[in-house]
Amino acid sequence: MPGDSTIVRFEDVSLSFGATPALTHVSFEIMAGETRIVLGAAGSGKTMLLKTAVGLVKPDSGRVYLFGQDVTDLKESELFDIRAKVGILFQEGGLFDSLTIEENVAYPLLNQHALHQNGTRPAEEVDNRVREALRFVELEHTLDKFPNELSGGMRRRVGIARAVVTTPALVLYDSPTAGLDPITANTIISVILKERDLRNTASIMVTHRYQDGHLMANFRYNPSNGQIEPAARTGREGIGAQGTEGSQVSTRFLVMQEGRLVFEGSETELRASADPYIQKFARAGTA
Amino acid sequence: MLDFLKNPIATFQDFLFLSGRAIRNIFRAPHYADDILLQMDIIGVGSLFIVGLIGFFSGVVMALQMSRALATYGAQGQIGQIVAITLVRELGPVLTAVLVAGRNASGMASELGSMRVTEQIDAMRALGTDPIQKLVTPRLIATALVLPLLTIISDFLGLVGGYFIATTMLNITQAQYWSSAWQVLEYNDLTQGLLKPFLFAIVVALVGCFYGMRTVGGTQGVGRSTTKAVVVASVWIFVITSMLDPLFVNL
Repeated sequence: MPGDSTIVRFEDVSLSFGATPALTHVSFEIMAGETRIVLGAAGSGKTMLLKTAVGLVKPDSGRVYLFGQDVTDLKESELFDIRAKVGILFQEGGLFDSLTIEENVAYPLLNQHALHQNGTRPAEEVDNRVREALRFVELEHTLDKFPNELSGGMRRRVGIARAVVTTPALVLYDSPTAGLDPITANTIISVILKERDLRNTASIMVTHRYQDGHLMANFRYNPSNGQIEPAARTGREGIGAQGTEGSQVSTRFLVMQEGRLVFEGSETELRASADPYIQKFARAGTA
Repeated sequence: MLDFLKNPIATFQDFLFLSGRAIRNIFRAPHYADDILLQMDIIGVGSLFIVGLIGFFSGVVMALQMSRALATYGAQGQIGQIVAITLVRELGPVLTAVLVAGRNASGMASELGSMRVTEQIDAMRALGTDPIQKLVTPRLIATALVLPLLTIISDFLGLVGGYFIATTMLNITQAQYWSSAWQVLEYNDLTQGLLKPFLFAIVVALVGCFYGMRTVGGTQGVGRSTTKAVVVASVWIFVITSMLDPLFVNL
């Protein structure tokens, strides 16, 4: 059952660039199938948290565990196999702008390090999986387009398709809705909910929009009609069983301030917090 | 007191790290043959016309200028020697390398720089590819393969340029020009003339990629990296050639 294994674990992680601290004594963990919403002002270390989690950035002190393995001191070449189990959506999508959408989504399938030892995947399988991933984000018709021909929201969705095409156990989303209008932002969140609920992936989502976290905590994807719907009463299967609050138990909020983790708790606790900095994020959603 | 040296030394150390990894990757799987071929096309075929043109005119200019000096001693017949020696030993390799630095070190720096600032390099790492293996090593191999070839073409067209001047303006016969040009060249000259472009290629590719990979500060940063790459690569070309010359002059 989900929740048995730790997916990501930070132990007292600190990181700084010169004199400016990016992360200061950050500790948290996330179990299989769980969701973490990371809120915080710009420059509070949210992106660095994600980059540190997959070893793109090395911490100065503390330990980082990914799928139970200590990745803090691993060499780049040793990290590739672990990273294959993680999907990442970068802040602006991070798509390769000189490759087509199809090539972008196929990239992790064709280039993952482990594949080079075991030979390449058959072209047909890659093709099918790319189409499936693009169908998942409803962008199957854009195969031959280049990223700059798509709108900002579409690029994010392609980024999500690329992140999930390898069916990772953990997906990291870096500001998936930044700079998008509310309607497009909700489309993005529903795609993320769909990924989480259909495949039961663990997710860490960095955002500055409380609304995104609220949706992640209280809504679920309904596969029968393809819509998202409130999940509080029904609870998500397997996860709702852990506690009485339904999916709120598996969705926790983290708030970052100047590299420090100043809050960790459920949505209810977040809204009840008296700290003015934390309240700013909780209030932004209710206003 | 020596604090001002900190930055340049740290930069040079980073450069050596990148160079070490790029060179080590040549002997490691995975190899990106497609990328090597693509880069060879961009650098080699793409530079062919301009390199040929500059080679030809450097031969023309050498023949024209030297003929006046040689005329003083009545030795105009030796024009083939002068053109051959200067082009093969020095001008061919250096001019070709500086051109390729201008065309391709800048291209590499701006391409990799744009990828860096739009997080594509991080995306590449996250998606299971070593960006040095995928981006830097193919460019290094491609440049090291094509720059000597470009230099040979440039040298040859320079000799043709000299021949053109010698026969049309200096009344030297075809046989006289080519035999003097051919006979004067020794293995030492050829070794030097092919070793230099090989070394220049390594510098041009690594410097271009190095400044690309460490780009910070958005679009402006890409511009800065590009400029730095061309300037630094060109300076290194002249430094290397002046360091190598004393070694070969005595041979």
